[in-house]
Amino acid sequence: MTEQEIFEKVKAVIADKLSVEPEKVTLEARFIEDLGADSLDTVELIMGLEDEFGLEISDEEAEKIRTVKDAVEYIKAKLSA
Amino acid sequence: MLSLDLSGKKALVMGVTNQRSLGFAIAEKLKEAGAEVALSYQAERLRPEAEKLAEALGGALLFQADVTKDEELDALFAGVKEAFGGLDYLVHAIAFAPREAMEGRYIETRRQDWLLALEVSAYSLVAVAQRAEPLLREGGGIVTLTYYASEKVVPKYNVMAIAKAALEASVRYLAYELGPKGVRVNAISAGPVRTVAARSIPGFTKMYERVAETAPLKRNVTQEEVANLALFLLSPWGSGITGEVVYVDAGYHIMGMEV
Repeated sequence: MTEQEIFEKVKAVIADKLSVEPEKVTLEARFIEDLGADSLDTVELIMGLEDEFGLEISDEEAEKIRTVKDAVEYIKAKLSA
Repeated sequence: MLSLDLSGKKALVMGVTNQRSLGFAIAEKLKEAGAEVALSYQAERLRPEAEKLAEALGGALLFQADVTKDEELDALFAGVKEAFGGLDYLVHAIAFAPREAMEGRYIETRRQDWLLALEVSAYSLVAVAQRAEPLLREGGGIVTLTYYASEKVVPKYNVMAIAKAALEASVRYLAYELGPKGVRVNAISAGPVRTVAARSIPGFTKMYERVAETAPLKRNVTQEEVANLALFLLSPWGSGITGEVVYVDAGYHIMGMEV
């Protein structure tokens, strides 16, 4: 999967879980500050990404995923590992 | 052949937030057994998701009610009465503690955090039971969700554990008072399940793995297994059981030592 493909999928998951317009989901966007997520939303988002990409993301790793870019890079690294 | 037919029964499931919620799994099972199900959610921001879930249940009735607000609970039960006439089953799947209260030491819990956790997670059962009492028919039942940390120390569970202890004691007192009407009250003590609420507990994924290693069944339990127990306890199959805390935890709580 290319980085662009990952980004598109991540964008769709975020738009769905956080109920935001897909065009607001830029690489730089931060979940809490820019996309209005609360702590439960971020958990739901992480679980949504796990389902979408067939991954398991531990609490420690999830803590570090704060922006769309973090998510895309994390998933890219995990999928190529 | 044995089968469980709850057609004609009316159920209210409180505290459903998403498709992974234990409350949702229970609502699905109730529906599958033929019961008519209504859902309630806490606040307006949860409505879009709640609507999806109601639709997934074939158009379940949907109510908004915050358990910390008496007038919203009054409106909920007035709505249930109007829609259903009476009530057979009430599922209470509600708990909350501020995150800070579950990150630090229990001894440092702030007064307002302690009170809020106990109010939302334990008093709410009393608040809904007192309003459900006039609606509940003989043979009906209430089920709530608790956790082992009420009995043994689970680090970081903190004030939520104290709330669960109060909840379990409330189950016994409510069971005593509603028993003569033929209404039963029980608590389900489930092992960790990957729900959104559970995963927001600090250190959940580690705990989840440790439990699976230690439990006699060498695994964790699923939402469906919790829902199966709820159905058993609510339905006529559980008719002799009240005031009880029943475990569905792959046997974890019988162990005296981690292995």
